[in-house]
Amino acid sequence: MDLKKRALTKSLWAFHMSTASCNNCDIEILDCLTPRHDIERFGIVLIGSIRHADVLLVTGVVNRNCRDIVKKLYDQAPKPCLVVAVGTCPAGRGIFHNSYNVVEAEPLDKIIPVDAYIPGCPPKPEAIIDGIVKLIDKCSKSR
Amino acid sequence: MNIAARLLQFIVFPGFLFTAAAGLFLCWLDRKITARIQYRIGPPWHQPLTDIVKLLGKETMIPAGASKATFLTAPLIGLAGVTLVSTLLGLTDFDPKVGFVGDIIVVLYLLTLPALSVILGGFSSNNPLASIGSSREMKLVLSYELPFILALLVPIIKSGGLLTIGGILNYQLAEGAILNSVSGSFALVAAILCVQAKLGLVPFDLAEAETEIVGGALIEYSGPPLAVFKLTKAMLLFTLPLFLTILFLGGIILNGTAILWGVLKLAALLVVIVLIRNTNPRLRIDQALRFFWGPVTILAILGVILALFGY
Repeated sequence: MDLKKRALTKSLWAFHMSTASCNNCDIEILDCLTPRHDIERFGIVLIGSIRHADVLLVTGVVNRNCRDIVKKLYDQAPKPCLVVAVGTCPAGRGIFHNSYNVVEAEPLDKIIPVDAYIPGCPPKPEAIIDGIVKLIDKCSKSR
Repeated sequence: MNIAARLLQFIVFPGFLFTAAAGLFLCWLDRKITARIQYRIGPPWHQPLTDIVKLLGKETMIPAGASKATFLTAPLIGLAGVTLVSTLLGLTDFDPKVGFVGDIIVVLYLLTLPALSVILGGFSSNNPLASIGSSREMKLVLSYELPFILALLVPIIKSGGLLTIGGILNYQLAEGAILNSVSGSFALVAAILCVQAKLGLVPFDLAEAETEIVGGALIEYSGPPLAVFKLTKAMLLFTLPLFLTILFLGGIILNGTAILWGVLKLAALLVVIVLIRNTNPRLRIDQALRFFWGPVTILAILGVILALFGY
């Protein structure tokens, strides 16, 4: 594994994008930063600007309003940028699958490439950490 | 002295490489202490270095409408400034005879370069939030420079009007640290608060303010330029406490166990800075300005007056 990829997997800065979510997944993401789970041990921190991001955490179902914003945000992120779909909504639209405001044909992975899915409504912090571990494994094996 | 040895001093020791290593270590110490205060475990020791290496390997994005040349050279200005200061301070600490008359004024000017680079970078990146961050940084510089200069006057007066860092060090070797006097302790308190603002740490981090203007002046930076900014900040975290140690606490004497004592002085200053950062909320820019021009300036002026009367 080369130095660039090694450094990337050991220092993932996460940008948190909430696309019309019910805020449950957002709270579970914040739980990962609390003293009980403390993911800063692995170098993961939440950052405020998309230009600093290595991981784009997307929560919530992607509706008509958010679709273009998600696309724009992904284009603004410096590559390599990994995308994680947190919760059932961005993965398969969850309980909103037949809502009038949800674009029928377009779950998140039709809009931008998704590297990991973390199902659950909401996923527990342990599940999110497990998902990130799988993401790191995938990242260090691929390319 | 030939040019190669000079360059070695600037690039390896005590200049760029040494200061970067020490700064990144202190940066980790800062994060670790913060984590322990919050009942967390905190990151491993190599974390700040890993962050820098990762940022160096990422894509550099230049925002549309930004001034490209200024945007890319701004981080280097700050890095050059802090490298020069650390070399000057390190050499003087080794051998007090190295300095020249007025080097304390030169250091004072060079220490504003990192702030200047943040201001330039923010204004050149064509982003409203970055402009807000830059304008705040500018006001912050105006507010902390006055008490900082007043606080630095105290060691100069105490050592008999010497304008050299080496002279102040020699005076302290003979007469004991400046902190031991009443005026010296007043000035040190004022200087620590100014250093907190120079470092952009929490009560005065309003130029970056992650939670309100999402990174402020640095919002548009990504990849290597951001790494340079982070490295400058880490190096400042070593250089500024070293500056205060030299001026107020008698410096780091490189002689047997005295080295340990010197490092302890530096670490104590850093812990004070980290504790201030962890126990205070962020101030608004008008509050910060009032704080620096009010209580801190008065404290520094009191120190100067006491020093003039010999206390």
